[in-house]
Amino acid sequence: MDYLNAKTADGALPHAAVPEPSRDGRGEKSGIKLWKRIVKNWELYLFIAPAFFYFLIFHYGPMYGIQIAFKNFIPTEGIFGSPWAGFAHFERFFQSYYFWRLLWNTLGISLYELAVGFPLPIILALAFNEIRNGWYKRLVQTVTYAPHFISVVVLCGMIILFLSPSTGIFMHFLRWLGIDPPNFLTDPRWFKTVYVLSGVWQNTGWGTIIYLAALSGVDPELHKAAVIDGASRLQRIRHINIPTLVPMMTILLILNIGSLLSVGFEKILLLQNALNMESSDVISTFVYRVGLLDAQYSFSTAVGLFNSVINAALLVAVNQFVRRTSENSLW
Amino acid sequence: MGTAIKETRADRLFLLCNYAFVTVALLVVTYPLLYIVSASISNPKLVASGEMWLWPKDITFEGYKRVFNSRQIWNGYANTILYTLAGTAVNLLVTLPAAYALSRKDFVFRNFFTGMFMVTMFFGGGLVPTYLLVKELGMINTMWALIIPSAASIWNIVVTRTFFQSAIPTELQEAAQMDGCTNLRLFIRIVLPLSLPIIAVMALFYGVGHWNSYFSALIYLNDSGKYPLQLVLRQILVLQEMSAQGGTMVDAATATAANTKAEIAALVKYAVIIVSTLPVIAVYPFLQRYFVQGVLIGSLKG
Repeated sequence: MDYLNAKTADGALPHAAVPEPSRDGRGEKSGIKLWKRIVKNWELYLFIAPAFFYFLIFHYGPMYGIQIAFKNFIPTEGIFGSPWAGFAHFERFFQSYYFWRLLWNTLGISLYELAVGFPLPIILALAFNEIRNGWYKRLVQTVTYAPHFISVVVLCGMIILFLSPSTGIFMHFLRWLGIDPPNFLTDPRWFKTVYVLSGVWQNTGWGTIIYLAALSGVDPELHKAAVIDGASRLQRIRHINIPTLVPMMTILLILNIGSLLSVGFEKILLLQNALNMESSDVISTFVYRVGLLDAQYSFSTAVGLFNSVINAALLVAVNQFVRRTSENSLW
Repeated sequence: MGTAIKETRADRLFLLCNYAFVTVALLVVTYPLLYIVSASISNPKLVASGEMWLWPKDITFEGYKRVFNSRQIWNGYANTILYTLAGTAVNLLVTLPAAYALSRKDFVFRNFFTGMFMVTMFFGGGLVPTYLLVKELGMINTMWALIIPSAASIWNIVVTRTFFQSAIPTELQEAAQMDGCTNLRLFIRIVLPLSLPIIAVMALFYGVGHWNSYFSALIYLNDSGKYPLQLVLRQILVLQEMSAQGGTMVDAATATAANTKAEIAALVKYAVIIVSTLPVIAVYPFLQRYFVQGVLIGSLKG
């Protein structure tokens, strides 16, 4: 879900991100006016009702449940009735030997993914944009978008088949090149690379969509003028196309940094095994294992909360920084 | 653009490199897909030894035969179709009306609702509180646990809202209202018929999401008879392989005593990948043109 979301996110975000409760209700006259406007469109409230209750129950409801991070949750007592525990769960987490490992793995995978996965769609989109041949462009786009629709389970199945030590085709290929391949699936040193590169294979094409859309908005006159001035293709990319993409890049970068600690655990969970654990265990898989498999509800909620708070703080900090240096911030 | 002017040598060289680069990207993406297709109908011995590396060799349909005879897979398939249809229907019923309401400038509390929805994008309760809530609501081990907790996505609501704002002329809506058309009629008779591209795209996004998801099923379903396809696939593709791996490494020396059972198992894996992914890959090219019409135009103007 994460990647698709980040891509469809786009420019729609900025102006809607700040809630601005209407305050037209000043004075009696305007109060009646407001009421009239509400009554006139009463059906619109029915329209929004399902979504409103959905977000209230399934998004704000769990936020209420966060309090068990500060309690010792006892199922029979319920969320409200369980006794308080203060910051005991947080202290236990920070002092545990796996704290730094989890943090390092989570950040390591995120930053690796950002460093490789962020520039590639931009480069590819710029390259697609230079293709003048209509059908070839369409073919390339159709094919490179396709892996996005492959499920995580199938992707991991493919990774496991291709990297299987004795029969995997990639291993055969490496041996054909004269390289003695390591066991990518069980060697902790290779886990992050396998994770990131398979993600690149799956999502780079899809990631170009948003940039291509921005490029299609470039005024052709700009290019014509540049050509008349003797600008080469490379110069036009550098001085016309890339600046066009900067606002989109900034927004996606802010969002990416805001989710540095929320690595998609669906894929990691499937690629994780006892042998690569030291490099594959991240905060979210830890929360799943400790929370749902070991049923340590309060402790894992505390870990999850730590994760969300850091994410939210990073998002605000980066946005603040961007706002000071350019006008492309989220809010 | 610029075709009227003669390209310089540097430009031609650049174009050449560009085509080469794009073609390499195309091949890198295509190869694994093509390999899976070929491997699913090739003699598993040749696949395992690496002799089959591009086109099918010694064609056999044994893998597909086994897939089609597997009750487990069929059951998962049927479950997934049910969950996908029901889930997507719920998604659209929640998303479209909400997005329409938010697209209307005369909707009094639109900023409040938008803000309330947006907050959830950046902060949430997390895995365990959500799980406890679903449990509390009695949805564990029912299909509703896969549908209701993901009834809408804020991104999709925003994209749809933006589409409504940019693609449906306000004048048209105002004129209809002047004629005494109610909001409900306006939405169903005028707005929705003009919004087929976005409806198709949303149905695709949500539908693919349901088709491909395994994690909700993993945590909320206990009864293997209710497992969707992806959980069945997980058992076939991921779990078995992991347990078999230790074996293959030990057996490497005695690999000549080829274990046909393991080979057939590998063949089934390739076949099942095709069978499970085909519906999605088959639908998507038909909807691809809508991306441009729907999502891109809509979202950029936002």
